[in-house]
Amino acid sequence: MSAGVDETDEVREAVEPDGRARSRHRWRTVAFVLAPLVLFALLLATGLGRDPRELPSELIGQPAPTFSVPRLDAGGTIDLGDLHGQVVVVNFWASWCVPCREEHDALAAAWDRYRERGVVVLGVSFEDTREAALEFRDELKGDWPLADDPGSRTAIAYGVFGVPETFVIAPDGTIAAKTTGAVTYEWLTDEIEGALRAGNVE
Amino acid sequence: MSGRTSSFAVLAAAIAVVALAALMASGGSGGHQTLDERVHEIGAGLRCPVCLNLSVADSPSKLAGEMRTEIETQLRAGRSPEQIRAFFIDRYGEWILLSPPRHGWNLLPWAVPIVGLVAGVALWVALVRRRAPRTAGEVTETEHRRIERELADLEEPG
Repeated sequence: MSAGVDETDEVREAVEPDGRARSRHRWRTVAFVLAPLVLFALLLATGLGRDPRELPSELIGQPAPTFSVPRLDAGGTIDLGDLHGQVVVVNFWASWCVPCREEHDALAAAWDRYRERGVVVLGVSFEDTREAALEFRDELKGDWPLADDPGSRTAIAYGVFGVPETFVIAPDGTIAAKTTGAVTYEWLTDEIEGALRAGNVE
Repeated sequence: MSGRTSSFAVLAAAIAVVALAALMASGGSGGHQTLDERVHEIGAGLRCPVCLNLSVADSPSKLAGEMRTEIETQLRAGRSPEQIRAFFIDRYGEWILLSPPRHGWNLLPWAVPIVGLVAGVALWVALVRRRAPRTAGEVTETEHRRIERELADLEEPG
């Protein structure tokens, strides 16, 4: 085998005695090996930098899935159908979720600022117990309605990946906006104002 | 020459094995299925939203269990597996499917291995052709000189 390689090299050298052919051959081999490696590295570099949970909601602009959920903080049920014509902020949360603590103040501030304008903030409990949810409320205060979600049917209907996730439903009953992770006061005011304006135009 | 024939045989055998495996995989389902099996089959194609790399059928998470219940409820209500998949796609996007539907850019993952295989075989054939030994008996000037030299070395060692 090695004799065969020697032979071809010798033949080449006979044709191009300065060995230019050999170095050109080597460069081509290097390029053949490097090109896929570089492509693969680029693919990894772009792909691994992305957050797999950061997805645009399929539901933006779609009619909000209806739900009727039992209240946690009081008796009775909350039916989305009853809130038609109002801006509804649906916040999926859990007592075990750390970002849910971070966003608590933002939700409280938005609720205080907009409740007089008919905006409803609704906390829907996700994968949690009734006791833990109420303990969370006792600890962090707040008086916007909280609801249970038996069988996570509402969460599945809204395509919830995890908590917290927050949806803003416009007065016409369509989903105006959605955010994943701790919601900020700025985001809430922007989206609520936008939904209120859209409601006034109609 | 025999080395080339045997590598062609290995390649042919490899293609046959892959084709057989694909055939067996595609002809798996069918026949009568229980409700649980139908739930499992639909769930196996859906990604569990909270664990990302497990299917709804395999994940032990609470949400996946509730999604299985949802699938079961919808199956009982007479909805087809296609309608149930559409229900989840409408909410979670195509992301929810463990294997992307075969249209548009999604075809890329299926096309790349085939294109790669064809390109690889073509490259390999081209290389083998280029390195193909010259017809027997044809000896170049350089080789001739080398043979003469080595024969001479053999005759007077040292």
